[in-house]
Amino acid sequence: MEYEPVIGLEVHAQLKTNTKIFCGCSTAFGAPPNTHTCPVCLGMPGVLPVLNRTVVEYAVKMALATHCTINHVSEWARKNYFYPDLPKGYQISQYDRPLAERGYVDLDINEEGKRVNITRIHMEEDAGKLIHDESAPVSYVDLNRAGVPLIEIVSEPDMRSPEEGAAYLRRLHEILVYLEICDGNMEEGNFRCDANVSLRPKGEPAFGTRTELKNMNSFRNVQRALEYEIRRQQYVLESGGTVIQETRLWDDARGTTLPMRGKEEAHDYRYFPDPDLVPVTVADEWIDEIRRTLPELPREKRERFIREYEIPAYDAGVLTASRAIADYYEQVATRCGKPKAASNWVMGDILGHIKEDKVEMEDCPITAADLGNLVRLIDDGTISGKMAKDVFEEMWSSGEKPETVIKKRGLVQITDAGALEAVVDEVIAANPAQVEQFRGGKEKVFGFFVGQVMKKTKGQASPGLVNEILKRKLSGS
Amino acid sequence: MKITKDQVSHVADLARLTINEQEQELFTKQLNDILMYMDMLNSVDTTNVEPMTHAMEGTEAFREDVVRSSLPLDAVLANAPDDDGASFKVPKIIE
Repeated sequence: MEYEPVIGLEVHAQLKTNTKIFCGCSTAFGAPPNTHTCPVCLGMPGVLPVLNRTVVEYAVKMALATHCTINHVSEWARKNYFYPDLPKGYQISQYDRPLAERGYVDLDINEEGKRVNITRIHMEEDAGKLIHDESAPVSYVDLNRAGVPLIEIVSEPDMRSPEEGAAYLRRLHEILVYLEICDGNMEEGNFRCDANVSLRPKGEPAFGTRTELKNMNSFRNVQRALEYEIRRQQYVLESGGTVIQETRLWDDARGTTLPMRGKEEAHDYRYFPDPDLVPVTVADEWIDEIRRTLPELPREKRERFIREYEIPAYDAGVLTASRAIADYYEQVATRCGKPKAASNWVMGDILGHIKEDKVEMEDCPITAADLGNLVRLIDDGTISGKMAKDVFEEMWSSGEKPETVIKKRGLVQITDAGALEAVVDEVIAANPAQVEQFRGGKEKVFGFFVGQVMKKTKGQASPGLVNEILKRKLSGS
Repeated sequence: MKITKDQVSHVADLARLTINEQEQELFTKQLNDILMYMDMLNSVDTTNVEPMTHAMEGTEAFREDVVRSSLPLDAVLANAPDDDGASFKVPKIIE
């Protein structure tokens, strides 16, 4: 029987605020354990949480970017469970009245694309971190992360393959990073994903029993875990068994999913409204204000680049991988007026060097204006493309302007046809044998002549002009 | 009966409370009385009334996103049953 996978994803994204969601402790990553804690996030008795306005603003941004309906009034709920990383014995979250509902994102996969619906987006606090002792039966609790703001984005079970799951995650990640509300670093845990997977016979409308997958800390692992779990469930079903509803942990080293212990699974959280926090009111005026601050999102930017700069879809994809790259490209393209040439320089030379030298786009040693000028200097014939590569190298290492480098190296292209004709005549006169070969049909010798001319002009001859003059002279006219 | 002895025992378990047989009987009866009273309240027609989740409705109570100093570490760990000078120390809870 052919089975169809049904996948839904829950994403937890850490919001990039300065302070925690309900207290003024810093959210900075990497501080010594427990130095970013206070009576509120330690869960001391008698304290009162006060909501960070920026958390709501960021959550609304994400909700707008994913076409959700924002609830003007949403509520806080306590999710009750015991675990040492949760000092209060409950997590403050949102339950039956979340901040936002019913949105979607569009994926550019296959010919026809794919829409994945979003069930809800809600705000909540993160838990602390546990470090387990390798040799003793103890764990160490660091509560710096307790109370760091999160949004949880829950999708509908709309995905039908691990590839669609991965594409959906990449899209959410891209939007969060573009909105500058989340760092999106999966290794540091500020973008986490759980998956719900089930199988059903193809064509069957009802869903099968699902399992929940946790502990996947990269896009690749999400896809691998989904692939494994689909194969596992298929095996269970085909051998006459039934899938048990359970939570399974992805084991990266073994490449398998393993069931979590039953105890931690008791999904009996006894949610109830948190009496310490008033409902969150988000008026239309505030929503409109936030909407005005939304940047152009990656998908729209890609489409505009293709339309406005007439560059290939591939280029547009690479150039919109981050806002910093996109902004840089746009400045280069505008400055030189040659969008495709600008694209080649940014995609090849700039991104290549960025990767090689492991620097951030923001710290690129060549300004967009200088690169734009360099492209313009090639276009107007001042220097050749080949010279430009050398100039680029020097600009990269010294941060100097292209004009400065060109002047310093005396790199001015010879574009005077009369001067070049004289050189070409010399070369032809000095190499009668090669001229014979060329006229006899051996066209490869042409490269030899170009090389000779370049040598005599110290590489400063305009290659286009050299080719033109050589062709004319060698064919005997 | 609105709630059974088994449910009471389950909830006690979730709340990490140890209760004996007699207490189970007692709490089941007491909780039933409370839930029966809720039933009485339910007889009031509340069709067009928004459920109240908080005593103060429509109040904006926000904090600006500005860092304030945290507690000194010795104060953070002062009440911990056990610590290593940096972190709280607890019995290992995962396999």
